[in-house]
Amino acid sequence: MTRRWSLVLALIAAGFATETRADTPAITLASTTSTENSGLFDHLLPRFTEATGISVRVVAVGTGQALRIARNGDADVLLVHHRPSEEAFVAEGYGVQRHDVMYNDFVLVGPSKDPAALRGLDDAAAALARVAAASALFASRGDDSGTHMKELGLWAAAGHDPVAASGTWYRETGSGMGATLNAAAAMGAYALTDRATWLAFQNKGDLEVLVEGDARLFNPYGVILVNPSRHPHVHAREAQTFIDWLISDAGQDAIAAYRLDGRQLFFPNAK
Amino acid sequence: MDDFGHAFALAFEMIARLDADLLEIVGLSLQVSLSAVGLAALIGLPLGAAVALFRFPGRVAVAALLNAFMGLPPVVVGLIVYLALSRAGPLGVLGLLFTPAAMIVAQCLLVIPIVAALTAQTVADLYEEYDEALRSLAARPGQILGTLLWDGRHSLLTAVLAGFGRAIAEVGAVMIVGGNINHATRVMTTAIALETSKGNLALALGLGVILIALSLTINLVALTLRDAARAQHA
Amino acid sequence: MPDTIDSLLPLELSAVGFEAGGECLIHDLSFRIEAGPPSIVLGPNGAGKSLLLRLCHGLIEPSAGRIGWAHTNRATIRCRQAMVFQRPVLLRRSAAANVAYPLRLRGVGRRDRESRAAQALSRAGLSELAARPARVLSSGEQQRLAIARAWVTEPEVLFLDEPTSNLDPAATRAIEELILAIHRAGTKIVMTTHDLGQARRLAGEVLFLHHGRLLERSPAADFFARPQTEEATAFIQGDLVI
Repeated sequence: MTRRWSLVLALIAAGFATETRADTPAITLASTTSTENSGLFDHLLPRFTEATGISVRVVAVGTGQALRIARNGDADVLLVHHRPSEEAFVAEGYGVQRHDVMYNDFVLVGPSKDPAALRGLDDAAAALARVAAASALFASRGDDSGTHMKELGLWAAAGHDPVAASGTWYRETGSGMGATLNAAAAMGAYALTDRATWLAFQNKGDLEVLVEGDARLFNPYGVILVNPSRHPHVHAREAQTFIDWLISDAGQDAIAAYRLDGRQLFFPNAK
Repeated sequence: MDDFGHAFALAFEMIARLDADLLEIVGLSLQVSLSAVGLAALIGLPLGAAVALFRFPGRVAVAALLNAFMGLPPVVVGLIVYLALSRAGPLGVLGLLFTPAAMIVAQCLLVIPIVAALTAQTVADLYEEYDEALRSLAARPGQILGTLLWDGRHSLLTAVLAGFGRAIAEVGAVMIVGGNINHATRVMTTAIALETSKGNLALALGLGVILIALSLTINLVALTLRDAARAQHA
Repeated sequence: MPDTIDSLLPLELSAVGFEAGGECLIHDLSFRIEAGPPSIVLGPNGAGKSLLLRLCHGLIEPSAGRIGWAHTNRATIRCRQAMVFQRPVLLRRSAAANVAYPLRLRGVGRRDRESRAAQALSRAGLSELAARPARVLSSGEQQRLAIARAWVTEPEVLFLDEPTSNLDPAATRAIEELILAIHRAGTKIVMTTHDLGQARRLAGEVLFLHHGRLLERSPAADFFARPQTEEATAFIQGDLVI
């Protein structure tokens, strides 16, 4: 009987035992789904690990959640794309310093039928005004993410408050970019998305890019070290190595080299 | 509709070439869920038996709680465990967040009520049959508990399998406390969620097919073994 | 065993009554059970025989009166008696494991357990079936197993509640022989039955119960030859059913 129990306990202990090998140094990177889903990390991180021997564990969630994780000290470094939130993060003492890393842009996608006649516009705010005027279906992130903030900013610039129409033509999915695009594809709705997620997305259905090029659609990414004075357990040295590599020529070249279907998704812009 | 056909094709293809990534997430899924169920059984079986057998103040409340918690939303449990294990939380020093251990803890909490509630029912039924005989033999309460658990082992296996089904299929808890980290905490359900968010619907469905097949296989094996043992012991 | 100062017996019942569901099922029973030949409790269905046995064994508490053994230590009282029920309740394990079970409860070591269980099985004529799952045995074998299980702890008193009422004549005879063997080995037998022939074969003394009252008590030969009460006479003739 005791032999049976020892076997059971051994099995359970084995379950707990497979932790990340403590011998290889590792850092936890809180980032967003746009960088993860686009495949950038699968391209970038092995290069970093090879150069430095440090492995990177990526927790990819919405910008809001990534900031929360970093604020709690559950991650060592933060890579997101909403500048105001990033700067607040540093100002409040949770982050050491914000560095530019790369940028791409947002695009407005929609059904090929284009009921609101957006195709070819280069003014994003005007495009959204047309969506409202036509009461055309629009799928919003609705989750306080960077993309969502950008979208709300554009609505404000268009002088329109879409939330009043929430539940009718304005559909707030409260979800990530992928889920929102799935919903948009199924409903035949317009949506604002970052280009990297869009290019990597495999369920485009009838959707296509209709509006791009507006300077307001600029989408910059920033990287921040979680403040070790706030959270002493943070792997500050390894995390700083990561940041240094990202903004170094090696990292920047690696970012520029990443292609999906022959297209460059991210443009390095570290100073 | 051709997504379904595509999904099955993808599933077979991944299994046939023993795709390394697939094996990794299947392995981790099994490791996490089996450990969680093992731990939950260790706690839930005696707990359920105790609720069935012993009169103690608050017994009815405990029994009601166990039954109610069979329907605990996984995402809520995940959130609670996240808040507990976060560096900003009470157990942050353990550094367990975003590791398989955290996932095991979260799933264990989900499974314990199922195992305990079903065990309580089985043991209560058994006790009606065995009550006089065991008291006649002067068995102590702890001994009665152990005897009934062992004698009811064939029915209790169903309770454990129900718990396993819950564990292997849930995504809300392990997503939050594990972080779906590639090569570290990615399991089948979180991989399916990821592929869905990437729009790779056929692949997501294919993984789903494999997950269901896995669960089916485990249940078949367990029940066959049980029936064989039962035929032996009647 | 019965002669030691340490003995459980005599068992004394003083004005014992039992009530359930507003009905009085046992009325004012007072008697003493001494060591010696088997005491058989006879009576028609519903007389309260099973209830009486359970009261004596301690499975239920009397509503009135007192049940006392010569010994006062509760643990000893528990451990030195055993009971066999009308339907055997066996565990889902082998026959040998079932017989060894009471020893296991008492913390007897493995080797000791196994040898004593094997001994009890052989005395019950069940050695060949030791490894079989207990629940696949025939009813007669199962009841013999239950008796072997009761015997393995070498009880001072063995209660049996209509042990053969569900069995065929051959199985019944086998069990009666087993009971007599246990008696000869020194255990006091207290048994209920509604089978007159069985009572004649086994009884040393008879306690005749009817509607929860003790109507007659006498040595077996006297009871069957010269019953004192109307009810007893009718019962022996087979006329008293309820």
